[in-house]
Amino acid sequence: MADRPQASGVGATTAEGERIPTVIVDDVHIVYRVHGGGGGGNTPVAGLRRILTGKRSPVIREVHAVKGVSFTAYRGEAIGLMGSNGSGKSTLLRAIAGLLPATRGAIYTMGQPSLLGVNAALLNDLTGERNVELGCLAMGMSRADVKRLTPEIIEFSGINGRGDFATLPMRTYSSGMAARLRFAIAAAKKHDVLLIDEALGTGDAQFRRRSEERVRELRAAAGTVFLVSHTIGSIRSTCERSIWLESGVLRMDGPTDEVVKEYEAFMAKK
Amino acid sequence: MADTALAAPDSELSRAQLAARHGLTVAGERPRLVAYGRQLWSYRYFIMAYANAKLIAAFSTARLGRVWQVLTPLTNAAVYYLIFGIILNTKGTIPNFIAYLCTGLFVFTFTQSVVLSGVTAITGNLGLIRALHFPRASLPIAITLTQFQHLAASMVVLMAIVLATGEPVTVKWLLVLPALLLQCIFNAGLAMAMARLGAKITDLKQLMPFVVRTWMYASGVLYSVENFARHLPPTVATLVEINPLLVYIEAMRDALLTSAPLANSDPLRLWGLAVGWALVAGLGGFIYFWRGEQEYGRG
Repeated sequence: MADRPQASGVGATTAEGERIPTVIVDDVHIVYRVHGGGGGGNTPVAGLRRILTGKRSPVIREVHAVKGVSFTAYRGEAIGLMGSNGSGKSTLLRAIAGLLPATRGAIYTMGQPSLLGVNAALLNDLTGERNVELGCLAMGMSRADVKRLTPEIIEFSGINGRGDFATLPMRTYSSGMAARLRFAIAAAKKHDVLLIDEALGTGDAQFRRRSEERVRELRAAAGTVFLVSHTIGSIRSTCERSIWLESGVLRMDGPTDEVVKEYEAFMAKK
Repeated sequence: MADTALAAPDSELSRAQLAARHGLTVAGERPRLVAYGRQLWSYRYFIMAYANAKLIAAFSTARLGRVWQVLTPLTNAAVYYLIFGIILNTKGTIPNFIAYLCTGLFVFTFTQSVVLSGVTAITGNLGLIRALHFPRASLPIAITLTQFQHLAASMVVLMAIVLATGEPVTVKWLLVLPALLLQCIFNAGLAMAMARLGAKITDLKQLMPFVVRTWMYASGVLYSVENFARHLPPTVATLVEINPLLVYIEAMRDALLTSAPLANSDPLRLWGLAVGWALVAGLGGFIYFWRGEQEYGRG
């Protein structure tokens, strides 16, 4: 394994030395419907006319977000996903997590991938502590594990840095604190596949450093990590392989350095 | 070890074959019904924690906090008693009208709140659903549990009202427990069905309050059930009398009150209907909800 120091995890290969795939994306297309997008068809009169004429609401629109993407991810890899806004990165992650069904093609995963995004809402009326408990139980941990891990998670999130915030409701948290707590909860469990959506972009420099460390640990535990970020720096420091999506099409898949070079050249031209 | 040698066995296989060879499963595939039930059972602590969390959150901004759990049913009973007991004087032939009214009201409120919050069980928790993977049926079941805890507080108030109005404590009070259990199963099934419907038909949230209110009038909550036989054609009256809510209300009235008029006065018929409705709604709701399991994250 001398030529592959980054995939240093235990059990990254089978006994025969074959690499173990954890996520296989096979020619996937994803079309989803958006409800309630603006437009002029939202008035009561327009609504009545639609009911009378039996026309479909223009408020529901179809978006072809991912167009025929294929790749295979292996155990022990950290893969960065890059691309401009709206290129289908987050949609693809959701599909890998099994939250959005693929319209065509198939996605095969090992175990149940966990998606960790900044949009993940916990219960704002509850204290940070209770949210940790709930989040851990929702990930399928046992009660004993939850009890054991709760102090560690709160410690890692660093929300108690300025007073005892863990016992305050989450609605009193700043957006950075909430994002840190969410990351800490999801990172507490060993996942076969962990999908991180922009999560490292939030929080201060200190927390970013700690979370990058945690991602490396998770990867060492023979998981696969996907990271979506607009901060090329955090992809460069955690991922050795990158995938570049543009308008739902896979433009490039390879070592991070090469992909970043092409991507930056493309963005500069634009 | 060289990379080229390692990559060789993979390249001969199609992606699907490779997936099968390493035991990979299709992302977001729906488990089989029995496996789903087992999965749900292993999430029981999450369901309980979530139900408790919702209960705490509901009163977290009120100064009196969870005292409202008792105050709400009391206030409700007082308002309805003022209108239907005093102003409209619907007492009629019912002995101990206030206890009759409160029993119906509290049992009805349980199902009502389960239905109304069940409709938004999926749509109101999309953040959680899109972030974490757990059996989605946890959410409507947790809603049933939360509302059950509200009902438990109401039951304490109800017992006090029943005793204060001079009803004796009898062995029949023990029937309260099976009646509550059966209604819980019925409600959980209803919540699951409503959750899937509400996730698909987003207009249902606006419509349901009216449906539920109609249901209330068809369940003899506010007036004597004798009105049905008196004012409706026989077939419609029978339909109204076997409606599940009336059945659960009557089971409770039968248990707590000595001389309440009942539409289903034969105990065999009453409990047969109560068990039947619980099975139909509980199983039906569960299967219906399970069939949509993989779609809930789509929004």
